[in-house]
Amino acid sequence: MNTPTNLKYANNDEWINAEGVVGVSDYAQDQLSDVVYVEISVAVGDQVKKGDTIATIESVKAAADVYAPASGVVAAINEDLSNTPEIVNSDPYGAAWLIKIDVSDSAEVKALMDAAAYETYCSGRQH
Amino acid sequence: MAEALIYELSVPGRQGLRFPACDTPLADLPQDMLRQELPLPEVSEVDVVRHYTRLSRLNYAIDLGMYPLGSCTMKYNPKINEEVARFNGFAGAHPLQPIETVQGCLALMFTLQEWLKEIGGFAGVTLQPAAGAHGELTGVLMMRAYHQARGDLRRDKILIPDSAHGTNPATSAMTGLRVVEVKSDGRGNIDLEALKAQCDDTLAGIMLTNPNTLGLFEENVQTVVQMVHQAGGLVYGDGANLNALLGIVRPGDLGFDVMHINLHKTFSTPHGGGGPGSGPVGVSAALLDFLPAPLIAIVEPGTPDGDPPLYGFSTPAKSIGRVKSFNGQFGMVVRAFTYILMHGPEGLRAISEYAVLNANYLLSKIKGVYPLPYDRTCMHEFVVEGHLPGSDVHALDIAKRLMDYNFHPPTNYFPLIVREALMIEPTETESKASLDAFADALLKIAEEARSQPELLKSAPHNTPVGRVDEVKAAKELVLCCGIDVPRE
Repeated sequence: MNTPTNLKYANNDEWINAEGVVGVSDYAQDQLSDVVYVEISVAVGDQVKKGDTIATIESVKAAADVYAPASGVVAAINEDLSNTPEIVNSDPYGAAWLIKIDVSDSAEVKALMDAAAYETYCSGRQH
Repeated sequence: MAEALIYELSVPGRQGLRFPACDTPLADLPQDMLRQELPLPEVSEVDVVRHYTRLSRLNYAIDLGMYPLGSCTMKYNPKINEEVARFNGFAGAHPLQPIETVQGCLALMFTLQEWLKEIGGFAGVTLQPAAGAHGELTGVLMMRAYHQARGDLRRDKILIPDSAHGTNPATSAMTGLRVVEVKSDGRGNIDLEALKAQCDDTLAGIMLTNPNTLGLFEENVQTVVQMVHQAGGLVYGDGANLNALLGIVRPGDLGFDVMHINLHKTFSTPHGGGGPGSGPVGVSAALLDFLPAPLIAIVEPGTPDGDPPLYGFSTPAKSIGRVKSFNGQFGMVVRAFTYILMHGPEGLRAISEYAVLNANYLLSKIKGVYPLPYDRTCMHEFVVEGHLPGSDVHALDIAKRLMDYNFHPPTNYFPLIVREALMIEPTETESKASLDAFADALLKIAEEARSQPELLKSAPHNTPVGRVDEVKAAKELVLCCGIDVPRE
């Protein structure tokens, strides 16, 4: 499992970087298996609260909601994902970013897990 | 493909039927509503018969072998059900006949209502809902109506455990309620702390499946019911797993306020292939007035000197109205009635005892090979993990490989809280021999997963169609029926 150390991680397997870019983790894409559909449910300019649903990712196995890891205003969304949802599997930390948030309270990001804590968290739920 | 599509069998000009000359005056239809082309396959009668007979021989069914599809209770459906449902008096009755002429049908429906009340521990039952999820919708609409009738309008939140059937949150959302998920604890029960945090004055209720989708009896069920009731909420029971409880536990006695009962699971009416299903709903006294109308009732009592009562219809005081045309899936009601009558109280209890025994026997045979996330005595089904130490195969590969051994695969990747879930429900109708054969196949596959993983990853090999491309199927929604259907 690939867990970049420059990111912060939320309980529901979202990552966020220092610029407020959000995606889902390698662990999440592996659990979901082949992703066939991504729907981003917020638009640029929307106010989101930590925990709000920002997207739905559907795989051949399941559909999963993605939640905002921090509060703020949506600054950008990844328009390409609806046409190429499979990049969530191949490049979860790069091309498959979901949205960018102008984070209103950096303490919310600081409180998320770092890579080591997230790996421990994932290995603790291997069933 | 093992069999061509019916459109591919089409030969221009061929026909299987000739209409007689029209002997009624032609209706004057507007020209713009008439079409010149009717793109149906042009085939003869024997083409049609052979095509569908060949297809039927490629099919897998409970009448051919074990069908351990967890949560679906794919038990064998006794043929006497079919015989009784075809009795002229039942099959030939029309729902709009005067009640005096269909007293037998009404008496049967009334009796089934009474039996389901007794089996579930409920004060009232409607037979109307068409299947399980429709029963859920009916039940949650009654819960909502109950709160509204009391002027308790803040209650818009419904709790759904993370192990619930996917229909539960869908049903709740459809009624306009706000769905909040509740986590499970390390033993597979509802996490009571998480529940407590949600028990406030916006709580409309909880939807609870017991045994839950892990096949485990909710150990704190009475505490859960009490907590929700104390907060002013109602408890919905998803009756999909009732096959584990017949004659042993009555959900109504545990405090459930409303529950649907899948006749097509527990009471052996056809399941799959369009059923149709049937999802009667039972309610506690608190919800009696809200039941859909009409109910089947005794409208004139019988007399002491032996005149039978007159059966007819009644409408509860605050009924949510009709949820299905006429009286639900009457043919399924007849089959379930037959099944219950054939078994009697002791027989019903034996069904559940054997369902639980069979599941535990099967689990004991594969435990230790397939990881078991919640190691408890199971009820009528259990969930193991479909990944094996020392192999990189997935639950899907194991499920596909089972088809090569002539078994229907179990439910997989559900419930979502188990990694690589394989959800297995053998039901009471399988013998020890068939349970042993299924366990042997699973154990053999576990060996193959280590020695020849490719065999699993490319399975199935012995079926008319091999491994299908599920990603492509999910992404390219093209119905290939051989005709050009205008798309929007």
